[in-house]
Formats: sequence, C-alpha cells, structure tokens
Amino acid sequence: MNAPTRDQVKVGEALPPLELPPITRATLALFAGASGDHNPIHIDIDFAKASGMPDVFAHGMLPMAYLGRFLTQWAPQTRLRRFSVRFAAITPVGARLSCTGKIVEITEDGHETLARLEIGVVDKQGEVKLAGDALVALA
Amino acid sequence: MIDTKHIGLRLPTVSFEVEKGRLRFFAKATGETRPEYLDESAARAAGYRSLPAPPTFLMGADLDAGTMTTLLETLNVPIGRILHGEQSFTYHAPVCAGDVLSVESKISDIYGKKSGALEFIVKDSLIKDATGETVLEARSVIVVRNPQENAA
Repeated sequence: MNAPTRDQVKVGEALPPLELPPITRATLALFAGASGDHNPIHIDIDFAKASGMPDVFAHGMLPMAYLGRFLTQWAPQTRLRRFSVRFAAITPVGARLSCTGKIVEITEDGHETLARLEIGVVDKQGEVKLAGDALVALA
Repeated sequence: MIDTKHIGLRLPTVSFEVEKGRLRFFAKATGETRPEYLDESAARAAGYRSLPAPPTFLMGADLDAGTMTTLLETLNVPIGRILHGEQSFTYHAPVCAGDVLSVESKISDIYGKKSGALEFIVKDSLIKDATGETVLEARSVIVVRNPQENAA
C-alpha cells in the first residue's frame, strides 16, 4: 500500500468508512485479554452492576483500535504521526459501530506535508462514541 | 477528592517485549485480518522488520506491568469508578515484534469538575526502544465517577 500523495487528497474529502460487526460479550472478553485491560467492569456483569452500571460495556480502547484500522486502511501505519480521541459516550453490548473521517486541513511541519483528519466512531443511531483527530504524513 | 500532592508522581519504569503471539491475539480481538499484521513474510514485504504493533497496541505495555493498578491504589481510586476520558498517541518510530521497550509514566495532572462529581487524572508515558530513543508518547485522561453523597 502506498501513502496518499499531496495531489491525491483535498480538504473536505471523506475517507472510506469502516463498518464493524455488533459488539458482543465475546468481543469484550477477547479484547480484555489481548489489550491487557482486565478491568472487570468490561467482562463481569456482577461487578458492573455493583459499580452502578446496568451491564458490561466496551473498553474505550476497542473502538479506538477500530479507528486505528480505519486510519491504516487509508494510509500505511508508518505515515501516522499523531492519533488522538475523546471518549464521548459508553459503547454497550450490541452496538453497531462505524468509523468515519474526513480531511480538514493540509499542513506542513517543516519537512513533511501532513493531512489533518477529523475522525469519529458513531453507532447506528448516530450517537458519537469517540471523536478526535489524526495527522498523516502524505507522500 | 484525590490528593493533588500526587501530581508529578513518577510510576515505576516497566519493560515490555512486543510478542508475535500477542500481536496476532490483538489482531483477532480487533477484527484485523490484513496479512501484514498476521504474517511475518507479508509484514517484511510491506517494509516492516517483523509484525508491526498496531497504533493503539502499546497501551498494553503499562497495563501488563500493573502500572494502572499501582496508580489507582496510590490514589485510592476504586477500579469500578473509572472511565477512559481521552487518549492520544504521538508516533516517532515503528514498533515491531521482538522490540523490547521501556515505559516511563508519570501523573501530570489531577483536577475536578462538576463540584467533585467527576475527577480527572492525566497520565503521560514515554515509550523508549532498547537504545533509549523515544518511539511513542502517550497521554491518557482517566475520569473518576465519584458517588453523589448529597444528591437529592
């Protein structure tokens, strides 16, 4: 995969979206093990309820990992310079998430031309789960 | 309230080896199926030394070593009350399977909002390779949900 070039991109252009399968309890169990985040609030419904939550819910880093896939399907990972998100809402079991993004700025940092992307994760109802931005070095 | 005397606290430096099996497990857990993240020859063909660590993978370095547990115990925060508020990564060099990294983390800030109902802990980490070069900077903002004892 080649990095997008300065000539290929323009401000306002949307990136190809990434649609994810529904979040299951099995997804959360696997992600707990793979990510190293063993907080029982994501995998043990008894603990979640005792902590005042109605059910287990996704680790924030799971949709952020999906956003990582979304970014690296647009440009090789070696071009990624910065990746930043705010976690806006909890992602429950059963949520169907999509990653979206668009180019909002082309900027220079001295030795590289960078695309600044606004990125987000939304559910089927359009609720924003994560919102953030990324800097990708263009070829 | 969390004691703000902990601002500036340095957490123990930990070591983390990037393992191929763990990378494949992370790929499975996140639905990643592209060969360069699973197959070493495909990774090499894509220009990597070995399987690359995906953009958010190195959160696990601190977690595996128990740094978050240490932080929460030190600050006397129950794990069931925390949420992830913000996360950012600044990338300086690719990280691949076989790399042995060190992670230096500190508490950069502690502050409250909404009359103490929510408190925020900011943790900054530098992830360095075996030569001491910084390959990744990470910032986590952890939100603490405090019980509303005086709520009507």
